Amino acid sequence: MKKVDLVIIGSGAAGMAAAVEAKRNGIDDILILEKDERLGGILNQCIHNGFGLTEFKEELTGPEYLQRFVEQVKELKIPYKLNAQVIDLSKDKVVTYSSKEDGLVKLQAKAVIMATGCYERNAGAIMLPGDRCSGIITAGTAQRYLNIHGLMVGKRVVILGSGDIGLIMARRLTLEGAKVLCVSEIQPYSAGLNRNIQQCLIDFNIPLYLSRTVSKVIGKDRLEKVVLSAVDENLQVIPGTAMEFECDTLILSVGLIPYISLLNYIDCPTSSAKGAVVNQYMETMINGIFTCGNCLHVHDVVDFVSDEARLAGRSAALYIKDKINRNANRINVKPGNGLSYVLPQFILEDSLEDIVIKFRVRKPVQDQIVWIRSGETIIMKQIKPVMIPSEMVMIKIPKEKLAGIKEDIIVSLEDR
Amino acid sequence: MKELTCIVCPRGCRLRVDDNMNVTGNACPRGEKYAINELTNPTRTITSSIRVTNRPYTLVSVKTDKPIPKDKMFDVMREIDKLSIEAPTHIGQVVKENILGLDSNIVITKNIE
Repeated sequence: MKKVDLVIIGSGAAGMAAAVEAKRNGIDDILILEKDERLGGILNQCIHNGFGLTEFKEELTGPEYLQRFVEQVKELKIPYKLNAQVIDLSKDKVVTYSSKEDGLVKLQAKAVIMATGCYERNAGAIMLPGDRCSGIITAGTAQRYLNIHGLMVGKRVVILGSGDIGLIMARRLTLEGAKVLCVSEIQPYSAGLNRNIQQCLIDFNIPLYLSRTVSKVIGKDRLEKVVLSAVDENLQVIPGTAMEFECDTLILSVGLIPYISLLNYIDCPTSSAKGAVVNQYMETMINGIFTCGNCLHVHDVVDFVSDEARLAGRSAALYIKDKINRNANRINVKPGNGLSYVLPQFILEDSLEDIVIKFRVRKPVQDQIVWIRSGETIIMKQIKPVMIPSEMVMIKIPKEKLAGIKEDIIVSLEDR
Repeated sequence: MKELTCIVCPRGCRLRVDDNMNVTGNACPRGEKYAINELTNPTRTITSSIRVTNRPYTLVSVKTDKPIPKDKMFDVMREIDKLSIEAPTHIGQVVKENILGLDSNIVITKNIE
């Protein structure tokens, strides 16, 4: 069996940044495996701008952002394979991929970085009520059709869910001549970034209905009508509140889920963020298997994906050089009041790096104190005027502050 | 007093602008610039894609290299619809200079070999 020091699965924003960082940290024997015919992953279809403000201090489109990393990958001569689908990953890090060029190949890796991104929840996942007609499509699929293949998915469109891709597609379809009738969000607040509400909806007078969801889709062959109803605080449809929209397309932007079936096959423990449980090195509970980017937890900003991936790349290099003490004491990190998840889920004592705690809040909140505590010890306290579920919160803990900490670390919110 | 959502970065600051054009609520200087621009001459960057004539079923993404007036977005889209290009393409390559006389070029945003 062929041996490789580091295999990286996926060449999107996470995979390429991880590869570049591992190489810069002294790992030469790297292979990136990409299932698509080009490097870059989902950024290839994100042709809108707004990327790179943190990473490159300028505003770039998705393809421009990914090209910066492609150039680094090529400059550092990091090997990659395109059209190579990984079909299996074993606990002892044997990676099996299939490609037209190479057939079925097994590789023995010393370390693996999972950078497989996320997938979209679809009509089945939300038990969309009504007919099973054509014209119901996820936002990312519509984006691929339009931006990569040049195909319009419909003329009169309703969008369910206010996730960022749905908002971006509302604008994109409008500019390409479709009529976007409305965006409907089941929660009482938007799932997308404020800027996208402004530049994708308000700019084009597209109404956003909050606390409203699809109660029925109607269509014999093609979608003909969507019925939206108001929901109560338990998200149950309130009878008598139906609004009908004649349309040929329903776009779903109802959430993204980390894509980690390879890890599920080997019973890798997962967290409430729906990705793997990781330590501060982005290493999963399986030795030498690292993960980062949207397959760890879904990010709102790609710049943060690249940054997280560098940590995984650096850590994989340390692991290969046997610099991480895996027998160190383990301190759990748990989400307390107000948090839907926290990352990393555990910390190995004597950290080689400062630790960035990442979390999301359950609902929009104002004037909060974020407490990071271990038993009676206050590790950090930070005041946050506003936090919303669509924005990931990051708090850096200098490694010195963790000296002597033994008990579980709880991250929680409290009203000021 | 006007309230705006800043669209310069993902942070999306809530901006307030008083009658004397004093901006508050911005976390960085770009927010102030955006707010004043938005109330006097609102502009947007347009992104789209155009056909690559010598590659089957292939599109390449494009953008306006400077923001254009908000009320010209659909006019610019109609002009972009008329454009096409031959591969190879490279980022920054100008496809159409000074579109509609708006002092903005349509440039390529993706390399196609």
